[in-house]
Amino acid sequence: MSRSRSDLPLLWTLRALAALAGAITLLIVAFLILEAWPALQAPGLSHFLTDASWFPASSTPQFNLIPMVAGTLAATLGAMLLATPLGIAAALFSRFYAPPTIASWFRRLLELLAGIPSVVYGFWGLVVLTPLIRQWAPPGQSLLAAILILSLMILPTIALLSETALRSIPRAYLQGAAALGLSRWATITGVALPAAHCGIMSSILLAAGRAIGETMAVLMVAGNIVKVPDSLFAPVRTLTANIALELGYALDGHRAALFVSGLILLALIVLLVSMSDWIVRADPTAAPAASTQARELRHG
Amino acid sequence: MCRARIRLNALCAFLLLMVACSGEPQQSADAGAPSEKLTGQLTGQLTLTGSSTVAPLIGEIAKRFEQTHPGTRVDVQTGGSSRGVADARRGTADIGMVSRALNADEGDLTAYPIALDGVAMILHRDNPLPALSEEQIVAIYTGQVTNWREIGGADAPITVVNKAEGRSTLELFLGYFKLRNEDIKPSIIIGDNQQGIRTVAADPNAIGYVSIGTATYEASRGTAIKALSMRGVEASLENVRNGSFPLSRPLHLVTLGAAEQASALARSFIEYAASAEVSDLTEAQYFVPLTQ
Repeated sequence: MSRSRSDLPLLWTLRALAALAGAITLLIVAFLILEAWPALQAPGLSHFLTDASWFPASSTPQFNLIPMVAGTLAATLGAMLLATPLGIAAALFSRFYAPPTIASWFRRLLELLAGIPSVVYGFWGLVVLTPLIRQWAPPGQSLLAAILILSLMILPTIALLSETALRSIPRAYLQGAAALGLSRWATITGVALPAAHCGIMSSILLAAGRAIGETMAVLMVAGNIVKVPDSLFAPVRTLTANIALELGYALDGHRAALFVSGLILLALIVLLVSMSDWIVRADPTAAPAASTQARELRHG
Repeated sequence: MCRARIRLNALCAFLLLMVACSGEPQQSADAGAPSEKLTGQLTGQLTLTGSSTVAPLIGEIAKRFEQTHPGTRVDVQTGGSSRGVADARRGTADIGMVSRALNADEGDLTAYPIALDGVAMILHRDNPLPALSEEQIVAIYTGQVTNWREIGGADAPITVVNKAEGRSTLELFLGYFKLRNEDIKPSIIIGDNQQGIRTVAADPNAIGYVSIGTATYEASRGTAIKALSMRGVEASLENVRNGSFPLSRPLHLVTLGAAEQASALARSFIEYAASAEVSDLTEAQYFVPLTQ
C-alpha cells in the first residue's frame, strides 16, 4: 500500500474531522451527565425508580420514571411488531412480485411516506386517528394511537432499507436459484432473505431507534398521562414526550430530573444496540456476505 | 459492518433529540426594531430575578433593550416570585419579577405592572352546557364528576385535559382553584396552548384551559371551541385588561423603595417593558399587554 506524499494533507484533514465528530458525541454525553448530576446526587437514583409518581415541580417532589420507561418500551415494541412484517412484506412485493412500473411508483410512495415530517403525522393522528379510537374507547389519545402512528412512521424505513438490501443480493444467487428450478417463494425464503439478513436486520434496528426517539407525533396522540399502561387504550407518556413537554419550563431539580430521563433514554438505546449485536452474532445466517459466499462456493 | 452503522445512527438520532429539546421554548425576537430615540447615555448592568412565568418574557424584552441601548447588559434569572421579592429587598437583584399582586407586607417595594396573564376554561363548541360553576370545574378536575350527565350535559365521559408540569397556565389554574397537581385526575396531558386547542376541538367531550389570548383568537377564527365565562364575566382580553375577569393575574416588576430610588437604568428598563414597543413580544408569549 503506497501512501503518496500528496495524500498526507487529506489524511490529516480526515483524521481531524473524525476526531471532531467523535469528540462532539462524547461532549454531548458528558453534558447530559453533568446536567443530570444534581438530580442523581440530591434525590438519588432510587427515587427515579421507587417514588409514587412523577410530580417533579411539586413542593414534595416525586420522580418516578418507570411509567415513562414502560410507555416508551410498549409503544416501540408495539410499533415494531406491527411495522416489521408489513415492511418486509412491502419490500418483498416491490422486489419480487410487482411489475417494474408499479414497483417504482410503490417505492416513490414509500419515500414520500418516509419524508413526511413527524409533526404532520402527529397532527393527522390527533384530528383523524384519535377521534376514531375515541368512539371505541375514550379518551382516544392512547398507547394504541401511539403504536399506530409510530408504525406508519417506521414502516417506510423498514420497507425501503430492506428493499435495498434485497436488491443488492449478488445476481448470481438468484440466477443459481432459478437454475435449480426453485419457485419464487422458495427463492425468497431460501436464498434472498438469508442473503439480505444483515441489511434487513439493520433496517429493523434503525426503525427501532427512530421509534424510541420519536417525540412530536407521539406527544400529540399518546395522551401523556404518567401511568404504566394497563391496556392498549390507556394514555401513556414516553421518555421523549416527557422531556419535550416539560424541559422548556423546568427549573433546578426538575430540569436535572429531565436530564435523568434523557440518560435513561440513552441507556435504552445502548441496550438496543447491544441486543442487536447479540442477535446478529448469535444467528449464523447473519454472517458477513463474504463468508456466506465462501460457504456457498465450498458447497458447490 | 452493518452493525456499526446502526449504532451510530441510533445514537445520533437520540443526541439530536436531546439537543433539539434543550432549546429555549420562546420564539426568538425577530431583530428587535431599534427605536429612534437618542439614548446613548444609558450604560451599565441590570440584574433581574424572580418568577419563572415572567422570566421568558423579560428575557426577550431584555434582548431588544440591549439592542436599542448598546452598552447595557441585562441579566435575567428565574427562581419564583418569592425569590424576586427577596432579591429586590436584599439588593441582590436590581429588579424582581413577581407574577401576582403584591401582598400587604410588601409595601416596602414598588410594583410596576408590565402585562397580564389570563386563563380561559374551554369546551368543545358542541357541548350544550353554557357555563360551569367553579365547584363543578373543581369536581371535574379532581375526578368526582366523570360524566357530563352528572352536571346536566349529555351522557358521555368527560375528557379532562390538563397542562404539563411547569407551565404558567397550570400554575395560575391550580392557584385559582386551590388545587394541587397531585389531586388532578387528567385523561390527557398537553404541552402548549395550541395543542390544548387542537385536543379540545377534536373531542366533543373535552374540557381544558389555555391562555386567554389563544382561546379568544382561535374561537374568533371558527375553531370548534368555546371559552367559558367565569363568575358571569365573559372570557375576553378586555375583561382581563380591566381586571374584571377572575381567572387572571398581573405580572409585575418590583424595585426596593419608592420609584425615585431606583436607578435611571432600572427605571428606563421598566418603562420600556411596559411600553407598546414590546407588546408584540408580550403577545407572542400569550400574555395580555397593558396597552393596546
